[in-house]
Amino acid sequence: MAEAKEDINKHVIAVLVDNEPGVLARVVGLFSGRGYNIESLTVSEVDPVEIISRITIVTSGTAMIIEQIKAQLERLVPVHRVADLTLEGSSVERELALVKVKGGGEKRVEALRIADIFRANVVDSTTRSFVFEMTGSSDKINAFVDLMTPLGLVDACRTGVVAIARGPEPL
Amino acid sequence: MASAQLSGAEIVLKALRDQDVDVIFGYPGGAVLPLYDELFKQNKIRHILVRHEQGAVHAAEGYARSTGKVGVVLVTSGPGATNAVTGLTDAMMDSIPIVCLSGQVPTHMIGNDAFQEADTVGITRPCTKHNYLVKDVAELANTMHEAFHVARRGRPGPVGVDIPKDVQIAKAPYVARHKVRRKSYQPRTKANQNMIRQAVAMLAKAKRPIFYAGGGVVNSGPAASRALTQLVRLSGYPCTVTLMGLGCFPTTDKQYLGMLGMHGTYEANLAMHDCDVMVAVGARFDDRVTGRLADFAPKSKIIHIDIDPSSINKNVMVDLPIVGDVGSVLRDLVREWKVQKVRPNAKALKSWWRTIDKWRGRNCLGYKQSKKLIKPQYALQRLCELTRKKDVYFTTEVGQHQMWAAQFLEFTKPNRWMTSGGLGTMGYGLPAAMGTQIAHPKSLVIDVAGEASILMNIQEMSTIMQYRLPVKVFILNNHYMGMVRQWQELMHGRRYSESYMESLPDFVKLADSFGALGLRATKPEEVDSLIGEMIKEDRAVIADVCIDPNENCFPMIPSGAAHNEILFAPDHGEGKGRENGMVLV
Repeated sequence: MAEAKEDINKHVIAVLVDNEPGVLARVVGLFSGRGYNIESLTVSEVDPVEIISRITIVTSGTAMIIEQIKAQLERLVPVHRVADLTLEGSSVERELALVKVKGGGEKRVEALRIADIFRANVVDSTTRSFVFEMTGSSDKINAFVDLMTPLGLVDACRTGVVAIARGPEPL
Repeated sequence: MASAQLSGAEIVLKALRDQDVDVIFGYPGGAVLPLYDELFKQNKIRHILVRHEQGAVHAAEGYARSTGKVGVVLVTSGPGATNAVTGLTDAMMDSIPIVCLSGQVPTHMIGNDAFQEADTVGITRPCTKHNYLVKDVAELANTMHEAFHVARRGRPGPVGVDIPKDVQIAKAPYVARHKVRRKSYQPRTKANQNMIRQAVAMLAKAKRPIFYAGGGVVNSGPAASRALTQLVRLSGYPCTVTLMGLGCFPTTDKQYLGMLGMHGTYEANLAMHDCDVMVAVGARFDDRVTGRLADFAPKSKIIHIDIDPSSINKNVMVDLPIVGDVGSVLRDLVREWKVQKVRPNAKALKSWWRTIDKWRGRNCLGYKQSKKLIKPQYALQRLCELTRKKDVYFTTEVGQHQMWAAQFLEFTKPNRWMTSGGLGTMGYGLPAAMGTQIAHPKSLVIDVAGEASILMNIQEMSTIMQYRLPVKVFILNNHYMGMVRQWQELMHGRRYSESYMESLPDFVKLADSFGALGLRATKPEEVDSLIGEMIKEDRAVIADVCIDPNENCFPMIPSGAAHNEILFAPDHGEGKGRENGMVLV
């Protein structure tokens, strides 16, 4: 009954919070204090009138732990709404990455060709380097990064997942 | 008419009055001087000057726990705030409503490592229910009201309000106490009625039911305890309570099984282990209660009533969660019980009680009386007996004496028992007794203490004398950190590492030096007269009861064991040492 031998699954959780000082520290502190994982976290104000920010957290755990994470988040005073996008119907997940590739000759051409396949844009270029910008699922970005590594990848930067539910309803 | 401009300090005092605060516990310092200046100019709010900020928070906890009101603390920046941290954590763990006001260095100096600066909001974030740094005086009145709202609504807890010195001086109009501005903190109090019907149906079919009630029942107010008592009696089912729940169901009732958990009774723990339907009411399945989770109530369906959804399924998966204020839920259950005209299974219930009576026959709290040495159990039994007819409140420190007090004292009403349950804070009892006595000046307030714990906040004797509080300190003195010694004896091969208390003060002379009465008993026949003298005295008393230094607290479920793996006192059977429990807490 108690010690759940269940599978550990990845969940994308969206949290609407008052955009006030310290709110992110409360959320992050809750995760670290209670020993939960944060795989990625994004945050930005989404409603300047009501001063609401939206935090998207990717976390993993057993069903019991995920339920705890949501209940603990809901208990925070500045939190308005917590939604488990993984459980509540289907959602669209996207991540943005900037990838810097350095090199010349055939590798440089190959990098451009792969970028084209992945619909990545070149946002900066020198004679010895490119910076690619691409959006997509985390898997797609992982694949892109893997392919770029032997072609001279020197730096990469990712936003972490943002996600929104499919269909007409707001959160 | 344009509203008058008030200083931040005036706003704080006005807001406190608006929130019906009549006493605050505090200690002044540089960053709160404007507030203390304002306090000086008024006489509606009484300030109790403690001797250490930890004492202020525990005193406010005692005040809050014994009255059901919010306790208020006022401390200065830096060390004032950091000293309050233990108290705040204690209040967080035991869900005690506290508002802690702290001074802060002026806003333009924040972050510069100024004198007596600490990141109070950062430090107290995990040990408060919520906290605020007020940087704009225009926000101050609102924040004050909101702090009280958050402290008392839902599952109560401590709330911090950090007020920089310049904000205490700056001016703004006052905003009166108003309906909640926040949309985000509206905890649910009324339960889903469908769940109520399901719960009653489950209870009606139970063959081996049990009620397991905790501190949430006390927090919900005296009406919740009455509703619980009504439901338990209506059903005829047995009831056990947690350390924090003592008093929410009369411990003198024949349906009461005693406290459960690590030092709970045999009958309570075995009934929990063997039950088929358990109703957890305002209790949180603490590890001291559940023992080894895998073997916790293996045959039981569990109904869990709690105002805090995060308590549900935290440690133990439950079958029927009911989120709501326990008082309201219990009243709903009583009503539904009557509506459904429930007739419990009389035959099954009779056989359940027969089993329980067999467990009771084991007399698990029995101890071997001694002619020479005072047994702590005996001292507490006499204390209970001789104060039974009094209007009495008990507080405790933490350790063996606390567990014996929980086992041997009687409580017929809630709010009469103040103890540090979740955090287990040594040094809690004396300041808590002080706060309780402030709230109930005419009542008998007794701190059941150990000689080690009492030294952790002994400075508060000075406060007690200043305000002529007749607090009684009943020390069970065994010259050991008794619980530490007990664990070392049972689980660490009797290696008594650092658990002997050397160089203890002479507590009688110590009392004398504070201007209180000091008493001592060393033989069993002296106990009654000591208690009699203690009660009669109208000053504060420190009673040094020198007990058998080797007595251990039984029964005991070793940490990480199941409810049916209970240890008894050696005279009673199988109390034997072992070393395999060392990794557990």
